Amino acid sequence: MTLLSVQDLHVTFGTADGAVRAVQGVSFDVAAGETVAIVGESGSGKSVTANSLLRLNFGADVRIDGRILLDGRDVLAMSEDEVRSVRGRDVAMIFQDPLTALNPFYTVGYQIAEAFAIHHPGTSKKELREIALDSLQKVGIPEPTKRIDQYPHEFSGGMRQRIVIAIALVNSPKLLIADEPTTALDVTVQAQILELIAQMQAEHGSAVILITHDLGVVAEITERVMVMYAGRVVESASVADAFSTPTHPYTRGLLKSVKSLDTERHERLESIPGIPPSLINLPSGCPFHPRCGFAETLAGRCEREVPELRLVGASRSACHLPEDRLLGLLGGLS
Amino acid sequence: MSDEFVLAARSLRKYFPTGASRMLQRPTDLVQAVDDVSFGLRRGTTLAVVGESGCGKTTLGRLLARLIEPTSGSVTLEGVDVTAASPRELLALRRDIQLVFQDPYACLNPRHSIGQSIGTPIRIQKTLSRSAEKERVRELMQLVGLNPEHYNRFPHEFSGGQRQRAGIARALALQPKVIIADEPVSALDVSIQSQILNLMEDLQASMGLSYVFIAHDLSVVRHIADQVAVMYLGKIVEIGEPAAVYERTAHPYTKALLSAVPVADPRRAAGRQRIVLTGDVPSPVNPPSGCRFRTRCPKADARCATEEPVLLARPGDSDTEHRVACHFPD
Repeated sequence: MTLLSVQDLHVTFGTADGAVRAVQGVSFDVAAGETVAIVGESGSGKSVTANSLLRLNFGADVRIDGRILLDGRDVLAMSEDEVRSVRGRDVAMIFQDPLTALNPFYTVGYQIAEAFAIHHPGTSKKELREIALDSLQKVGIPEPTKRIDQYPHEFSGGMRQRIVIAIALVNSPKLLIADEPTTALDVTVQAQILELIAQMQAEHGSAVILITHDLGVVAEITERVMVMYAGRVVESASVADAFSTPTHPYTRGLLKSVKSLDTERHERLESIPGIPPSLINLPSGCPFHPRCGFAETLAGRCEREVPELRLVGASRSACHLPEDRLLGLLGGLS
Repeated sequence: MSDEFVLAARSLRKYFPTGASRMLQRPTDLVQAVDDVSFGLRRGTTLAVVGESGCGKTTLGRLLARLIEPTSGSVTLEGVDVTAASPRELLALRRDIQLVFQDPYACLNPRHSIGQSIGTPIRIQKTLSRSAEKERVRELMQLVGLNPEHYNRFPHEFSGGQRQRAGIARALALQPKVIIADEPVSALDVSIQSQILNLMEDLQASMGLSYVFIAHDLSVVRHIADQVAVMYLGKIVEIGEPAAVYERTAHPYTKALLSAVPVADPRRAAGRQRIVLTGDVPSPVNPPSGCRFRTRCPKADARCATEEPVLLARPGDSDTEHRVACHFPD
């Protein structure tokens, strides 16, 4: 059952230097209970896409076009009050930095209770405290009866992220958006938080959209992955396919530049040459072509035509290369 | 000794007083950021220092360059004691030890052109005339893969990766012997990280540089290290060649760190046994007695609470360079 359907999303920010086309024609579906990862580097549009789902793209000059259907209702057509009733109840969000996501002036118990009370007016103080205590316990905060009355600064980074997760899950949302939830944490704590997200998802049955730049995290907990580059989805595939037979040169480059634990010492790392393009002044045609090792084999087509997503094997890829070459990408630059 | 090791640390300690007022401060209120750390860096090789936040790895880097004074212990550069150097001697020593920082946005002065920033060490040390300096800066920019025509551009006109290249160029300006790189790729995108790591390796090969490479991530280190030191709460808990540390892992903390690295391979990710440590790193103000890792260690017993383990080769291990501080090493 489709929970979320994003159709032809465009997000443009007006700036003094020109229009920043952060997201261009992104479409995807998320089924109830499913875990989808959106992967990309900084500036790829992954966070802007996520923020659009809750209409969190602030700023004087933002233009959002397209449709975002949540249970069939278009989020972009809702009134401000309607969006507010969705935020935190149907769709909740976990942000990268748990310290800025929490209010330093309120106890963590208050902040969890507040998230519940907004959508359940009339709940008694006693019930709210029970709910906050229960949430803290579920996300693995030791001594919840003592910790409930403490302030964010009294918690470590990993504990704060647990509290942010507790707030996000207090209303059992249908969809949880996690925007780089472990990027600010140490590796051993990252492992704890990823386990917690997976476990909470199993309990609540929520769908999860995980935004990350880390392919390792993707492989650990998601089923499907969308790779974004310069505001577009360049590949969409099951996690198994994306890792074993990537069908876009950019995905291939990302996979090759992942530093794995078993590569040999002083082994040369493959890297993607150049830098991501400016979103104000995008290259013509395929936005990846200036950094792509395959672009010149297609006699200028990549410079002229923006490739559309199409079916390649079991995946969808936005690349002009013929299907047989896309399926053999990991073989090398032949 | 001085021939083999270009840089050596002996029993290095750094205790920071906590913020409490001096009058009320008891002698116990000290953050034991680095506690009794010793190692030697061989010429032309890379020592990686790995650990989580708060383990003292950055403090260690700053001690090695004597940006801060150690509480006790010494650092020697080619046999010369850096920690005892007078201000004048220190200025000369700084030619040989340079730093590369984590945040390429914060380490360059936004009001100086990139060329000016790269040339700053040359101006401080007065090693070249102004015209020769410009020439040298252009060479350096070329060397690290920046366009020398961008000499007059300002930091905000560059991407993160390019700024990190500029940070490396500045560190190379005085032809140092040792570079201390504190998480040089952590702030960069994945595809750019590999570019910078490859650049650092090329420079090491062509200029015979020695690196102390500080990282929080064991997978980044695998590619470039000749020696890996794992730190926990101010102490080295395991040190050795990467092959030893990664494949014959002896310390339970190293094991946990290795197993926590997300694997970019769904089939292997599903199959492996993961050690998830409970809890957080304890406060370095009041570290646990005995072994500092014991509060999170799956193997800890009574002995670990009373007796502090010493960094030693495992009994019977032929690889005496591989040392571990644990009562129950694997």
